[in-house]
Amino acid sequence: MTEPVLTVEGLEAWYGESHILHGVSFEVPPGQIVTLLGRNGAGKTTTLRSIMGLVKKRKGSVRHQGEELIALPANRIARSGIAYCPEERGIFSSLNVKENLQLPPTIADGGMSLDRVYELFPILKTRGASQGTKLSGGEQQMLAIARILRTGARILLLDEPTEGLAPVIVQQIGTIITRLKEEGFTILLVEQNFRFAEKTGDLHYVVEHGEVVDRFERAQVAGNRDKITRYLGV
Amino acid sequence: MDFLGVPFPVFAGQLLIGLINGAFYAVLSLGLALIFGLLNIVNFAHGALYMVGAFVAFLLLDVLGIGYWPALVLSPIIVGVFGMAIERFLLRPIADLDHLYGLLLTFGLALLIEGLFRQVYGVSGETYAIPAALQGGFNLGFMFLPTYRAWVIVAAVVVCGATWFLIEQTRLGATMRAAVENADLVRAFGVNVPLLVTLTYGLGVALAAFAGVLAAPIYSVNPLMGSNIIIVVFAIVVIGGLGSIKGAILSGFLLGIAEGVTRVYYPEASNIIIFVVMAVVLIVRPAGLFGKTA
Ligand SMILES: Nc1ncnc2c1ncn2[C@@H]1O[C@H](COP(=O)(O)OP(=O)(O)OP(=O)(O)O)[C@@H](O)[C@H]1O
Ligand SMILES: [Mg+2]
Repeated sequence: MTEPVLTVEGLEAWYGESHILHGVSFEVPPGQIVTLLGRNGAGKTTTLRSIMGLVKKRKGSVRHQGEELIALPANRIARSGIAYCPEERGIFSSLNVKENLQLPPTIADGGMSLDRVYELFPILKTRGASQGTKLSGGEQQMLAIARILRTGARILLLDEPTEGLAPVIVQQIGTIITRLKEEGFTILLVEQNFRFAEKTGDLHYVVEHGEVVDRFERAQVAGNRDKITRYLGV
Repeated sequence: MDFLGVPFPVFAGQLLIGLINGAFYAVLSLGLALIFGLLNIVNFAHGALYMVGAFVAFLLLDVLGIGYWPALVLSPIIVGVFGMAIERFLLRPIADLDHLYGLLLTFGLALLIEGLFRQVYGVSGETYAIPAALQGGFNLGFMFLPTYRAWVIVAAVVVCGATWFLIEQTRLGATMRAAVENADLVRAFGVNVPLLVTLTYGLGVALAAFAGVLAAPIYSVNPLMGSNIIIVVFAIVVIGGLGSIKGAILSGFLLGIAEGVTRVYYPEASNIIIFVVMAVVLIVRPAGLFGKTA
């Protein structure tokens, strides 16, 4: 098996006094789409935020190509080559669309050019001067993904990019995520929409009560559908 | 020649004084607004650092023989660096606590700095000569316009405009605005936000020092000059809308003018007009004239 690019081991996290993650462990192989599945409040977002260094009190190990990230501040973690698209999308209302798009600094060579980004997301080109938060939900989601493609980061953490969006938009986002994988990005995708996850993902982890409780490769999904549905409680 | 019931020269004279005061209000409230935006604290040390800016200019001349023009650049740099040290070593360690602590800390600093200068220089004040190039004035026919006062207005407008441009039109400014909105996310994009905060505090304080140098030849260089002006400036920041760059600049100039005009028609009220406006604005538009209503 190829070396994972991201290895999370025994990750624990707290919000104040509440212990949220109780030892999350999983691996992300290079060039794959790995999903974290789980019910509301299972700790998926907290896992991404902890990897990113946004949860203050955390311990365990997060290794990116051999480099230990657990003790680094968020900006250094980002500069190691990881980009983050938050669940609430985080479009800035005091910035227009173009400024939002150009906000994340380049952290490595080989990021997408602005032209290439516009090619993937044509809608953003026409809305450059609009206030970021004036876009529709789907457009804001596109913007939130688009802006992390320019930076040169090769690992993308996407938190529920399909949440609350119309089926056509979900489909577009699915196409884009698959394209990104073809271009060599490694993607860690948090999803509640299992149908979407199973179509896009190569490897799935189930998160429950702040721990990873199961793991399914793409080929194992069909045979375990009942089990997975039970995990997700749908 | 009467204008709205008073001799025009009287009106114009007060208007000019209002504009000059407005220039100082604008530069000072702009610095406060910058700092409030990123640090979420009202910088009570602002007036004291304005005073230090004037004193640095005075000392540069008195001790080292360095004149007005270099001081206009050097004093903001020196005070700005001092401000960055304050942020880095005093404010940052308490940044996670309630913002009230930051406010109290800067208040304490203001008392400390002012006390120190009073101890050394008393309260009578030192004089600072107007630089040779800016002496004299123009006869406008209806009034005499001292060159230095005209310069103060021009310099304040240019510095406010440049700061506005930096914040609203540049990449760095966009990063600062984004950090005001969601510092964590900006950090997760790889931006060293703590450094940005330190630089912002330094910039805000440098603006105060710049105003201090501008003020030195007009007002006496006095340890209390900061505490005299800063309360009014706080009111102006509230009127403009806490944290609003445009609001701070515009309400600085507008309220200076309002003060001047009031002095023409009802001099007794000129000292409180700004607070009256503040009260009205707070009732009608609690977020301030240019603040975002939450
Ligand atoms: N800022 C916070 N302070 C305190 N507790 C929090 C905070 N954010 C989340 N939690 C708690 O942590 C637990 C995990 O939340 P998290 O957001 O990671 O879940 P999730 O799996 O992403 O859920 P969802 O699918 O609803 O997004 C929940 O019980 C939640 O209530
Ligand atoms: Mg979540």
